[in-house]
Amino acid sequence: MDAKTPWLGALALAAASFGAPAAAQGRPFESGVAAEPAGRIDELVFGRLAELGIEPARLSSDAVFLRRAYLDVLGTLPTPLEARAFLADGDPAKRDLLIDRLLAREEYADFWAMRWGDLLRVKAEFPINLWPNAAQAYHRWIRTSLAENVPYDRFARELLTASGSALRVPPVNFWRAVPEEEPAALASAVALTFLGARADAWPAERRAGLAAFFSGVRYKSTAEWKEEIVYFDPAAGPPAGAVFPDGTPAAIPPGQDPRAAFADWLIAPENPWFARAVVNRLWFWLLGRGIVHPPDDLRPDAPPANPALLAYLERELVASGWDLKHVLRLILGSRTYQLSAIPRSDHPQAAASFACYSLRRLEAEVLIDALCQVTGTTEEYSSAVPEPFTYLPADQRAIAIPDASITSPFLELFARSPRDTGLAAERSGQVTPAQALHLLNSSHVQRKIEDSPRLRGILRSAREPRQVVNRIYLLVLSRYPTPSELAAVQAYFASGEVEARAAAVDLLWALVNTAEFLYRH
Amino acid sequence: MDSTRVPLSPTRRDVLAGAVGGAAGLVLLDRRGLSAPLAPGPPPAQAVIQIWMGGGPSHLDTFDPKPDAGEDYCGPLRKPIPTNGDGIVIGELLPELAKQADKYAIVRSMTHGVNAHETASYLVQTGHPAGDGLVHPCAGAVISRLRGYDAGFTGLVPPYVVLTRPPGRFSEAGFLGSRYKPFATGGDPARERFVVEGVVAEGISAARQRSRRELLHGLDALARALRDHPDLAARQESEARAYDLILGDAGQVFDLSAEDAALRERYGRSTFGQSCLMARRLVERGVPFVTIHYPGWDTHKQHFPAMRRLLPDLDRGFATLLADLAGRGLLERTIVWWSGEFGRTPRVAWEPPWNGGRGHHGAVFSAVVAGGGFRGGRVVGASDARGEEVAERPVHPRDLLAAIYERLGLDPAGSVPHPDGREVPLLPPAGDLPGGGRLAEILPGGAA
Repeated sequence: MDAKTPWLGALALAAASFGAPAAAQGRPFESGVAAEPAGRIDELVFGRLAELGIEPARLSSDAVFLRRAYLDVLGTLPTPLEARAFLADGDPAKRDLLIDRLLAREEYADFWAMRWGDLLRVKAEFPINLWPNAAQAYHRWIRTSLAENVPYDRFARELLTASGSALRVPPVNFWRAVPEEEPAALASAVALTFLGARADAWPAERRAGLAAFFSGVRYKSTAEWKEEIVYFDPAAGPPAGAVFPDGTPAAIPPGQDPRAAFADWLIAPENPWFARAVVNRLWFWLLGRGIVHPPDDLRPDAPPANPALLAYLERELVASGWDLKHVLRLILGSRTYQLSAIPRSDHPQAAASFACYSLRRLEAEVLIDALCQVTGTTEEYSSAVPEPFTYLPADQRAIAIPDASITSPFLELFARSPRDTGLAAERSGQVTPAQALHLLNSSHVQRKIEDSPRLRGILRSAREPRQVVNRIYLLVLSRYPTPSELAAVQAYFASGEVEARAAAVDLLWALVNTAEFLYRH
Repeated sequence: MDSTRVPLSPTRRDVLAGAVGGAAGLVLLDRRGLSAPLAPGPPPAQAVIQIWMGGGPSHLDTFDPKPDAGEDYCGPLRKPIPTNGDGIVIGELLPELAKQADKYAIVRSMTHGVNAHETASYLVQTGHPAGDGLVHPCAGAVISRLRGYDAGFTGLVPPYVVLTRPPGRFSEAGFLGSRYKPFATGGDPARERFVVEGVVAEGISAARQRSRRELLHGLDALARALRDHPDLAARQESEARAYDLILGDAGQVFDLSAEDAALRERYGRSTFGQSCLMARRLVERGVPFVTIHYPGWDTHKQHFPAMRRLLPDLDRGFATLLADLAGRGLLERTIVWWSGEFGRTPRVAWEPPWNGGRGHHGAVFSAVVAGGGFRGGRVVGASDARGEEVAERPVHPRDLLAAIYERLGLDPAGSVPHPDGREVPLLPPAGDLPGGGRLAEILPGGAA
């Protein structure tokens, strides 16, 4: 028997004392009640479900909601303390209060800068080629804008009209983060980013009409190493054939930067496409599926699954003064968002009509951060290009990495976005056999678990068996174990096949390999 | 049963892939050239071993020596050696490769004119110049897509393996997506035990593997609640495959102790040498694409001491690989492709801070191909007297990849499916690029 872990010996004997807190009795994922509509979003979604004859999923349990909200808003797991406090809280408004707290946290800006970084293609090297210092400046600007919750119309206008040095006026990097610095490629990037549309599929004259706005964008280098200036060259002359994507020809006074005229058209409240593209994307980021899906292929023949819902969110965004957090708060607070991931209908349109929350594997960055958090370990990130290589300090969180050229084998294996094109599909949530091997059996993951300071701390300080198992469950899955799970753990410890400390290692290993740990659910 | 062993004949493979796709699949197969537009000569090759010389190796010091160019070009390496290929002379630090020249063809007129690592790496491995609005997959990812799991491949070792770390510099799978990325082994085959990440876990017995797996299944509550979810079903399948590799016989492919000790010596007990041996074992068991990533060739400074260190290691591993493949009858169906992203400046930079270094040189460089039906003992094209420009028969990376695809039974004019549904040409049209078209000189049935 291991002298340092006296509880282990008692474990087999004390099985009967494994009482689970009331919240964990029975089903750990769903609350006992059916979800009732609790706001405009729910009226629209539940109304549509009723029309289609689809029964929605149950409301998620508190534990599931807690974990989901942390992962969707912060890209970060709740700590065991946070989980314990939330589960014990009897306040009926605790979900809404949690949403407000999360939206105010620093990790919100880190995580959403990661998402926007995919879309805005923040990458130092190939094929997007910003260079490290400009990529970092660009990332910092995006992150600051999100932290300050800059109104979305202003955010877009600053990106679209910026001129100056890539190092000193960071939003100009929008114009550099393209595969080719020529008007057609710029138009494609603008359409994808702000209209959620693929200009490549537009009729040629519409594409040309948009590209004309960017025909005066020029680039020049300076005496400073790798500094580049993006500017509008009035000598380029008034753009020939600049036509807004809605078909209205643009009248641009001579000498004026046509990008400003385009930005003003884009962000005008009466232009529905701009608000539609972004609220659809926010919905996609939170629920895993756009109201129009995919979220970056908006076109007349791709109808929204719920037009009234989309229109409602557009109006809310504009009426709130383009407040992105306002829209996030509306969605997060809805019963629709808070439904369990376990469907109660096999109707073919159930998923597309948001009858349950959609299961998704954690993004590469979120997953490695979660593994680091539950084991108390760190990772190394560096860039292989360009020289001189960049190395980040050991406490770096992957969601806050400023540049997609800074990476690790794990991030590559788990398919973080390469940020080559800005398409949502660049980030894959598939589980490949190579990923399964890595999680189940790599020395990398094994070492994190074996050497886990968190696990050591639990084994050293726990006074009774229930405490150990509860703590490991709270740490890894943000909930208490159910009685049957306790029984399974007890049987494993009692079998004697594995030495005591190794059994605790195996428990941690098993829990990080469950679907519950690896997926948003 | 060792299910990594899938030496399906090409015919049966095509039938299998066609059966999966049904009648519509057959039409697509034609367009993708899965069933070759019957290339002349021996049956198509089934595997590629890519020796990737990361950083860009000097062409003058390897396969294109210029002894008459003087010390400013040759440095101390001025005595190239004859080979067993007719009239072919190579660098003096490659004596073992000199004995194998009958097995390989040297292309001395590779050119793309790009001197940046990232863009050149992309160009050489995809065949596409950068900047056409798409990020194309490299050859390994293409093979993984067209000859991997989607095409009836059933091996437990993934179809595209990198020994030991990915070359990086660009996203290998490009628009195909992460599913077609290489499986990087990690670890070091030159160590006592080759610890392949995910396959070989040190200190965990098979019994413990089995019992903790049972524990996992007992605790995987969400997977039970969502048993029918397609993502979780796919994960379940991945997990089952992973355990077949961890606990089954298939993982033994990575156990180099099964090889004859004398043979291991001949390959060289270095990471590169043992990677060459590992690559042979993998293609022997049906893996269609193996990349040996050999970094360290970006020799801006102290170039010649680096060559004296690196070239003997390259020489042993590469030469033994060719001899070993040939001796086992594997060379006929295995293409060995040796290249870096570019060559190195022929004129040596003697001044500080380089102190005898060579820079990047994309104007002309060398590549080597062997096996899989390529005709050995040949040289294609030539660089000028100092190795600075192409003198005759320019060959663009596109042309070399076209030849490799042709030997694999793929139509170089065919396409690869983009996930959005369209078909993207495997290679760019030759017309817009420097180069001289099909490499008939070294392809079977060609002229000369």
